[in-house]
Amino acid sequence: MALVLNEDQVQLKDAARTFIQNKSPVTAFRKLRDSNDKDGFDRKLWKEMAGLGWAGIIIPEEFGGVGFGFTGLGVVLEETGRTLVASPLMSTALIGASTLILGGTAAHKKEILPAIAAGDWLMALAHEEGPHHSPYAIATRAKKTDDGFVLSGKKTFVLDGHVADQLIVVARTSGKSGAREGLTLFLVDSKTPGVKITRTLMADSRNAANIKFTGVKLGANAVLGKIDQGADILDPVLDRARVGLAAEMLGSVREEFERTVEYLKTRQQFGVLIGTFQALKHRAAEMFCEIELSVSVVLDALIAIDENRNDVPQLASLAKARLNDTYFLVSNEALQMHGGIGMTDEFDMGLFMKRARVAMASFGDSSFHRDRYATLEGY
Amino acid sequence: MSDLEKFRAETRAWLEENCPPSMRTPMPEDETCWGGRKPVYKNPDTKLWMDRMGARGWTVPTWPKEYGGGGLDKAQNQVLQQELGRLRARPPLSSFGIWMLGPALLEFASEEQKRHYLPQIARGEIRWCQGYSEPGAGSDLAGLQTKAEDMGDHYLVNGSKIWTSYGNYADWIFCLVRTDAKAPKHLGISFLLFDMTTPGVSTKPIKLISGASVFAETFFDNVKVPKHHLVGTLNAGWTIAKALLQHERNMIGGMGGANMPGSSGLRSPSAAAKRYSGEIKGKISNPALRLEIAKHNMNSRAFGVTGQRMADEMKAGAPPGPASSMFKYYGTEQNKRKYELLLAAMGTSALGWEGKGFEEHELGITREWLRSKGNSIEGGTSEVQLNIIAKNVLRLPD
Repeated sequence: MALVLNEDQVQLKDAARTFIQNKSPVTAFRKLRDSNDKDGFDRKLWKEMAGLGWAGIIIPEEFGGVGFGFTGLGVVLEETGRTLVASPLMSTALIGASTLILGGTAAHKKEILPAIAAGDWLMALAHEEGPHHSPYAIATRAKKTDDGFVLSGKKTFVLDGHVADQLIVVARTSGKSGAREGLTLFLVDSKTPGVKITRTLMADSRNAANIKFTGVKLGANAVLGKIDQGADILDPVLDRARVGLAAEMLGSVREEFERTVEYLKTRQQFGVLIGTFQALKHRAAEMFCEIELSVSVVLDALIAIDENRNDVPQLASLAKARLNDTYFLVSNEALQMHGGIGMTDEFDMGLFMKRARVAMASFGDSSFHRDRYATLEGY
Repeated sequence: MSDLEKFRAETRAWLEENCPPSMRTPMPEDETCWGGRKPVYKNPDTKLWMDRMGARGWTVPTWPKEYGGGGLDKAQNQVLQQELGRLRARPPLSSFGIWMLGPALLEFASEEQKRHYLPQIARGEIRWCQGYSEPGAGSDLAGLQTKAEDMGDHYLVNGSKIWTSYGNYADWIFCLVRTDAKAPKHLGISFLLFDMTTPGVSTKPIKLISGASVFAETFFDNVKVPKHHLVGTLNAGWTIAKALLQHERNMIGGMGGANMPGSSGLRSPSAAAKRYSGEIKGKISNPALRLEIAKHNMNSRAFGVTGQRMADEMKAGAPPGPASSMFKYYGTEQNKRKYELLLAAMGTSALGWEGKGFEEHELGITREWLRSKGNSIEGGTSEVQLNIIAKNVLRLPD
């Protein structure tokens, strides 16, 4: 398929930009942060986004979604990245929906997917256990009992963990931490006795939580996919999350870069515009090239997911590593080129800087993905 | 059968019949077919293959038939390229006439000039060289000083050029000359074509750090050039020069892509690292080198995907983007990094100069590594490309 957006996707992108610029500019995000909002996102806005079909954008129509695919979700995420929108698009519309589509039983799908699409239920993937992304380093255990499982362990950096209605918990049913085999995915109501959720306040003011599970009793129907084979669902879900997050990061990168180029054309020093300095021109041109390559890999990866291509793992690592590196570069350069004003809280460059580092650490930093890419390519 | 399928069947049959078996093998660099009046063919099939393809116009498949081209549309050309790929056929003709001058002539030359020069290029009869850079005009190309004086019935050319690729092998030159010394520098340049055997033209090869001599200095001492050899309007040659540079930059930048033939097999950094640095359970044993190679390969892939995206955007009707400067910049920097990684992977095995102590491909890599350093200089330096992006794309102030 051609590496261009089709007409519907272009329309969706335009509509998303208009909606987000009007309803959720960066000032909205600041307001959530400065008011110490207990949810950390705007429930009313989420309902409106669901009304536009975005909560169910990848969910098939038979389950109440709009079936617009990952490329559609990607263009919306990119636009949310431009204004740093805090919303459950990643945790619920992407990760929650993907996990259920790939691993849910017919009953799960029928019950939960329409509730996600309507914007009624929020989901969270409780996966990481340490400060670095490590898909199989899972010590949280689920012990088999006569009528189900008992879950014990600790999770960290659970995106939207403190607002989620349902948790998708990655637990070990056999084997040792580090092994791909022996993982099982469980659907856990966040109000189940023994689940203790503590919100963690991150530098980027987005939602995350630590979650402790102490002897949490689960029915046999809590299992998503096959017992011990949870990685078969987890891996493609993580790849989708990596690509989706890369799309969001791309939006932030483009916004920051455009603002910076504009600043170079308006700020005067030594009696001239600072954009006349070759030291800055070359750095801006280099960023432009890196961003163009970033646009390509994100689009290719989104289309690959929609086409169910077998190189999705490579492309997901390529997209996430590249956006990590580009966001790193652009967030540093944007702040430096803005000079002192870039260091002020009043100015937005700091918000992008903080978001960049949290996004980079989510779902694998660049060294993780370079290592994975090399392994996938056979060296 | 659709017309296109019929075309495919005919093309396949013709190629099977006409592509000599020895032209279906990997091409050593010294068997590249450059055509021209004084060619040396190590393998006689090289000429046969060029002549057959040239007669059909398939050395330049998309050029119009009346100018010696194949007259193929995009879809037909794609079929032809696929069928050539199927046979692993060698390029029938490599030439600056095809890559650089031809497209410029198609855009700017008179009807008479097109009918005269283009078929000669298509058939490989004339080998062209480019007279652009001068000792005092490198990155500041428009500062060139070689002058052409109007003598009534001819121009009198005096001056010198440098970095003339294969200047000592070429039959004709396309040359930028100053025709108005008083005008602002961009507005006094014209585009002239002339025969390298004209009295007063001489060349001297330049030996490079790689030991090879692919460039020459070219000197003009009272060279008489007929006036009808001027292309386009007098003093408006800079427009042609810029258009031609874009073709050149695309050509050079293409070397950095992941799909270039030189990036596989013995010239793949990952394969070289396994062979020369060792592997453990299928992984390159040096973890730092392994991650550097992965980063490089990921960038190559992203670069390749970007080329595909830009082509798809053009097909979908988007105006041509800032592609050529970005491709030139990124592609050449990638190619240089590839050779540095090959050196890192191969250690002293890629530092041999000549003789029996090294395999042929190892000696080749040493020389190619040195040659690659010129990629980000020739055709406009990386710094010039960044200036062009800053000015034409980002619209940063002068």
